[in-house]
Amino acid sequence: MNFGQILLMMFTALLVENFIFSKFYGCCPFLGVSEKPSTALGMGMAVTFVITVSGAVTWVVYYCLLEPFGLEYLKTIAFILVIAALVQFIEMFLRKFIPALYSALGIYLPLITTNCAVLSSALLIVQNGYGFVESVCFCFAASLGFTLAIVVFAGLRTRMENADPPAAFKGFPLTLIAAGLLAMAFSCFSGVKF
Amino acid sequence: MPEIQDVLIPVGIFAAMGILLGIALAIASRVFAVKTDERVEQILELLPGANCGGCGYSGCAALAEAIVKGEAKPTACNGCNAKNVQKIGAIMGMEVGTVVPKHAHVMCSGNCHTAVYKYRYEGAADCIAAEKLGGGDKACPNGCVGLGTCVAACKFDAIHVVDGLAVVDDSKCVGCGACANLCPKHLISMIPVSSKYCVECRSVETGAVTRKQCSVGCISCRICEKNCPVEAIKVNDFVASIDQDKCIGCGKCAEKCPRKIIKKTD
Repeated sequence: MNFGQILLMMFTALLVENFIFSKFYGCCPFLGVSEKPSTALGMGMAVTFVITVSGAVTWVVYYCLLEPFGLEYLKTIAFILVIAALVQFIEMFLRKFIPALYSALGIYLPLITTNCAVLSSALLIVQNGYGFVESVCFCFAASLGFTLAIVVFAGLRTRMENADPPAAFKGFPLTLIAAGLLAMAFSCFSGVKF
Repeated sequence: MPEIQDVLIPVGIFAAMGILLGIALAIASRVFAVKTDERVEQILELLPGANCGGCGYSGCAALAEAIVKGEAKPTACNGCNAKNVQKIGAIMGMEVGTVVPKHAHVMCSGNCHTAVYKYRYEGAADCIAAEKLGGGDKACPNGCVGLGTCVAACKFDAIHVVDGLAVVDDSKCVGCGACANLCPKHLISMIPVSSKYCVECRSVETGAVTRKQCSVGCISCRICEKNCPVEAIKVNDFVASIDQDKCIGCGKCAEKCPRKIIKKTD
């Protein structure tokens, strides 16, 4: 892939095939940590960091460890192992250097381990046969797409705080409807073809 | 025919990966170790754990840290019982004086039957928002807006809006002060639990004006003042107020009040 192709691939991962709105990966943190834009941004940054680093590490694990030994069929387990260790590491790192973000993310930080967006990005790399640089770029763009989605949605939710909806819609139902509407808006990008 | 290597190689690789990652994490946990003050944990256990926010910090854990750092006083938590406050003081090595337990009281009796409304409010159900529109829909500029900003702030289900007026349930109120901090009219007072009577009005308008705004507002007639045997009740700024330190709880003021707004609190 040349530079232009990588840019196109990143654009596709960021908007056209947005993790949340087109593939429905990572809906748990998307709904759980999107109450305030500041925490949503923190979550997005943490996920971006995890996905990008895990993309690089899992690429190395797959092509330098699993493939030479013919163990491709074990990639899911291997990726989960690597991702779990990485999230642990990031948790310690945040606790030491950014305690405010650590306490704001709370339970959702260890839950990044089971965030399917992280595993799926590692599996997609293998499926699409990306090289190392492409993998890192793809992971970075896709997770930025996640960050964009969660921050935009957090902005929407702060506005909804001031609304006075019927009792049946209050809280979670309205949140889900808003998420659906936002997904429809993002579906406009699916018409963009390269 | 599968061979023994087909099993041993994956097992070996995964074991090696697991051990390597384990060692890396063990090293990281040493490098990134965070020193926690054990006093924070001890104080946190003594706090009520309701995370009500009445102290001004985001929760009990934040207050415990602030107390240890010396930013907050050991007595900062109003919801904490006297025994635990003493223990927190002991942990911090400070002398804590006697703490008077308090609870919230709404100093207004103007509900939808007694107060006069000046317009119909249909905006967001929030007192702070309504207060910005000409001071709320009640004619009295000091009256309870009655949209329940205090109800939302209460973590103990102790305050409710009844007929357009906030009412505290004394059996549930722990005196955290979260509602008092938010009320845009500053109508909620933290009064000592032991107090016997209080004046449920804060109208600082003259008697004639108050009369037009509310049928239960203080008209500063001074009858209570004249009848008090210990000079505990005084009318200042056209509204009566009781000095709880002097009040002996005889109830003469409540008996004589022509507007019946001096209420027994127990």
